[in-house]
Amino acid sequence: MSIPTSEYPYDVGGEFVPIPGRDKYVLHRIYPDEEDEDLANRTVINIGPSHPAMHGTIKIIGELDGETIVGVDVHPGYLHRGFAKECEAHTYHQCIPYTDRLNYCSPLINNFCWVEAIEKLFDVEVPRRCNLIRMYLAEYSRITDHLTCLGAALMELGALTPFLYMIEVRDWMWEHICHVTGARLTQTYARIGGLARDVDDAWLDRAMQILEENLKVCLGRVHGLVQHNRIFLDRMRGIGLMKAADAISYGYTGPVLRGCGVGLDVRKYAPYELYDEVEFDVPIGKYGDNYDRYFVRMREIEESLKICRQLDPMIRATNGQEITVDDSRMTLPPKSEVYSNIEALMNHFKLIMEGTRPPKGETYLAHEGGNGELGFYIVSDGTGFPYRARCRPPSFIHMGGIHLQLLGSQVADIVPIFGQINMIGGECDR
Amino acid sequence: MTTADGGTDKLSPVLEAALSLLEGQVTGYHAFRGDDTVLVKASHRLEGTRALKDAEGLAFDLLMDTTVVDWPDDDERFEVVDHLFSTKHHHRLRVKYRVTEEDPSIPSITPLYGSANWMEREAWDMFGVKFAGHPDLRRILLYEEFEGFPLRKDYDKLDAQPLFEPRYHGTRESDG
Repeated sequence: MSIPTSEYPYDVGGEFVPIPGRDKYVLHRIYPDEEDEDLANRTVINIGPSHPAMHGTIKIIGELDGETIVGVDVHPGYLHRGFAKECEAHTYHQCIPYTDRLNYCSPLINNFCWVEAIEKLFDVEVPRRCNLIRMYLAEYSRITDHLTCLGAALMELGALTPFLYMIEVRDWMWEHICHVTGARLTQTYARIGGLARDVDDAWLDRAMQILEENLKVCLGRVHGLVQHNRIFLDRMRGIGLMKAADAISYGYTGPVLRGCGVGLDVRKYAPYELYDEVEFDVPIGKYGDNYDRYFVRMREIEESLKICRQLDPMIRATNGQEITVDDSRMTLPPKSEVYSNIEALMNHFKLIMEGTRPPKGETYLAHEGGNGELGFYIVSDGTGFPYRARCRPPSFIHMGGIHLQLLGSQVADIVPIFGQINMIGGECDR
Repeated sequence: MTTADGGTDKLSPVLEAALSLLEGQVTGYHAFRGDDTVLVKASHRLEGTRALKDAEGLAFDLLMDTTVVDWPDDDERFEVVDHLFSTKHHHRLRVKYRVTEEDPSIPSITPLYGSANWMEREAWDMFGVKFAGHPDLRRILLYEEFEGFPLRKDYDKLDAQPLFEPRYHGTRESDG
C-alpha cells in the first residue's frame, strides 16, 4: 500500500477562517474575587489536573465569556520529581535512567542526548557503528513518539480507530526495542562512550519489516480515515493559530515551530552524530494551526522512515566493529579482565564507586527531540557527580506559550490544541 | 578579563562580535568545547540582551534556556545562565551573569522574549533569584506553600514538605 501524497492537502473542501478578533485578548492572571464589571458575565472554570484531557499533570484555569476563552492561566508542576536535584546526588551513569523518565514517549533520544553531552565534556568521539545505531534508534523512537502523540490527539477528537492502529504499531516497535534494550519503556540503553549492547542483523530485519509493512499500512489507513473527514478538518483547521514570530518569541522548537512555517531542525542546521550523511526533508506547515502540527508530524514519520531505510545498510556494513570507545575514564572493562587482573578490577571499582569524572567545565548539547529541541546543560566540577544538570524541556517551554493559542478559542478547542502541543508530563515538570 | 581554557586561541566570529557589542560590560569569556560564552555584568542584562537580539549579524531572536547555577562558596553566589539562539544564522551564545545572595536581583528579559516568562519563574521557584520587571513572578513547578528554594546547594534533598500525610486506605489498623 502506498502512502498518500505528502503534498500539502489544504484544498480539501471548506474555507480557512481564522478566529476573528483574537488579538484583543491578553494573558492575565485570574482573580475570581477581583472587582471587575466584566466578571459578572464571565465564568471561571478549572480544568485538571485530574482531567483525562490534561494528562493528569496540568491545571488550566480558564475565564469564559459564554463558550469563548477570554483569560487563561496554566499551572504545570504536578509531576515535578526533582530531576536536577536527584542528578546532583548521583553519578553521571546513574542519571541515565532518570533521563528515560523525561520524555517517556521517546526515552532513547533523552538517553543519547544526555550521554553525548558528557562525551562532549570529555571531548571523545564514539565509534561510527555506535553513532549509526544511535541515529537509527533515535529515529525509531521519534516514530513511536509521533505515533503516540497523533494517536492520542485523534482519540481525543473521537477518532478511536486511528488511535488503535497507531498504538498497535507503536507497541510492536516498543516490544521490538525491548529485544535490544531489555525494557519496553524505560530503556536506559545508552552508556557514556557507547551503548549497552550491540544489535544484530536479525533485529534489523524485523525492524525494517515493522517499518516497511506495518507502519506503512497504518499510515495509509489513518490518512484514509481522517484526511477528508469533515469533523476532523473542522476541529483542526484554523484552530490554535500561532504566528511564526510569536512562536519564536515563545521559544517554540521542533514540530510545533515547523508547523508555524519555520523550517528549523537541529539535525539539519547543526548535524550531530552522522546526520550529515543521510538525506531527509524538513516538512513545514503554512498557518501554524492544529492541522499544520498534525501534518508536520505525519510527514516527519515518513522522513524518519526514510532515514532508517538509509541507515539500515550502513549499520550492516559496520557489522563486527566496536560500539564503545576504549577509554578507561568512562567505559567499564570487560568482565573477563575484571576477574583476572588488578588494574581492570580497580578501574571497574573506581568507575562504579566514584563515577566517571569529566573535566571541569560546562557544556550545552542539543538534540532534536520528539517534540522540540531537547538540551542538556551540564556543569562539571571535576567530580563524578554533575554539579548542575539542567534539562531544557521543550514541553515546558511550549506550555509557556499555549495561552496565545487558547485565547479566543472555544472550550472544546482546548483538547485538540493541547493534544497537538504534545505536552509530556515527565519532561514538562521534570 | 579572564580567558578560560578550551584551547581556542582564535575566537569565533560570533564571540568576537558579541564581545565588541558588549564592550565595557564583559567580565570574562571562554569557548570551552566550542560553546561561546560571555560573562556580563548583571545590571546590563536587559540592554545587553536587547543589543544581541537587534544586532544584524547576531540576531539572537530565540531564548533557548534560562537557568541558574548555585556556587555557595563564591562572593557572588548565583550564576544566571542564558542560552541564546538565532533562527536566522543558526548560531548560539551562552551569556552568564552573577548576582549576590544578599541581593539576588537581576533585570528580567520578559520584554524581549515571551519564553523568558516561564523560565524566569522556574529560576525564581528553584533558586530564589528575583527578576526585576517580571510581570508575574510566582512559583511555577512547586506550590505556593513551599518554603525555601530546593535547587540551592544548602537545601537538603530529603527535606520534603508534603502538604498532607500519605493515606493507606484502611489497610492499617491505625486507620480505624
